[in-house]
Amino acid sequence: MVEWTDFERATIQDIFSRIDKDVVGPAALSRCLIVYPWTQRYFGSFGNLYNAAAITSNPKVAAHGKVVLSGLELAVKNMDDIKQTYADLSVLHSEKLHVDPDNFKLLADCLTIVVAAQMGPGFTCDVQAAFQKFLAVVVSSLRRQYH
Amino acid sequence: MNLKRPERERASPSDSGSRAAERMSLTEKDKAAVKALWAKISKSADAIGADALSRMLLVYPQTKTYFSHWPDMKAGSEPVKKHGKKIMGGVGLAVSKIDDLTAGLLELSELHAFQLRVDPANFKLLAHCLQVVIANMFPKDFTPEAHVACDKFLANVALSLSEKYR
Repeated sequence: MVEWTDFERATIQDIFSRIDKDVVGPAALSRCLIVYPWTQRYFGSFGNLYNAAAITSNPKVAAHGKVVLSGLELAVKNMDDIKQTYADLSVLHSEKLHVDPDNFKLLADCLTIVVAAQMGPGFTCDVQAAFQKFLAVVVSSLRRQYH
Repeated sequence: MNLKRPERERASPSDSGSRAAERMSLTEKDKAAVKALWAKISKSADAIGADALSRMLLVYPQTKTYFSHWPDMKAGSEPVKKHGKKIMGGVGLAVSKIDDLTAGLLELSELHAFQLRVDPANFKLLAHCLQVVIANMFPKDFTPEAHVACDKFLANVALSLSEKYR
């Protein structure tokens, strides 16, 4: 089981209470599609992903960014058992969506950068470490049901 | 299925013929974006380097193994500040040699290959931390377009630095 320090728990709750969720989810997903364009392979039905401007203004990308962030909020609410909380999501990503799990890390890195940009001085080294530990647990839980 | 090919220009003629497994070469647009970003951030280079290095040592503790000879690895300590400055000197050099990174970074490559022997996986970790710091300090300038160019640039720098490893 993952051990969280009091600082880490408080930091994760704090980050998610501070960030503008309707902005961060879409921004992170669109950044991922722009910076790592091969991730677009999973979004063939999303229409125009032709260039950065198109991706940033694509309503399906924005909507899906919010879905991704709600998924993360689920983990925030269940920090002591993210593995179990994400079991169905893991099966979904593996069996139905067929997402290469290496992509989870790419999205996680984009999320870190978007949150760093939003939080300014509050995003200290320790806060970054806690956030990346949280994302690592999320990624690991999403990978878990792959076989 | 989206069959329309995305808007991407041809890569520039590749530098000194070095071909590595993952080299996604820099286009002229990438190079312009990198130089534009560098112009905005270079005055804060020392602070960026120190902050990025501190973050890397904390977020990826395995990287501390390369600095066991330092008396102090805490964020803001003298060795960290000094080394962060040195690293950014290398980044600045890379920006100036962006048209031929492999030739331009030859000495640094030999240093990393024969003396430092840093496992190349670590270059990605530092690159990530550098970009976190840039996003944190310059949120308006680190647009998605600047980000992709910067990420490609740092990946190319890493490849050129590991050129001589074997």
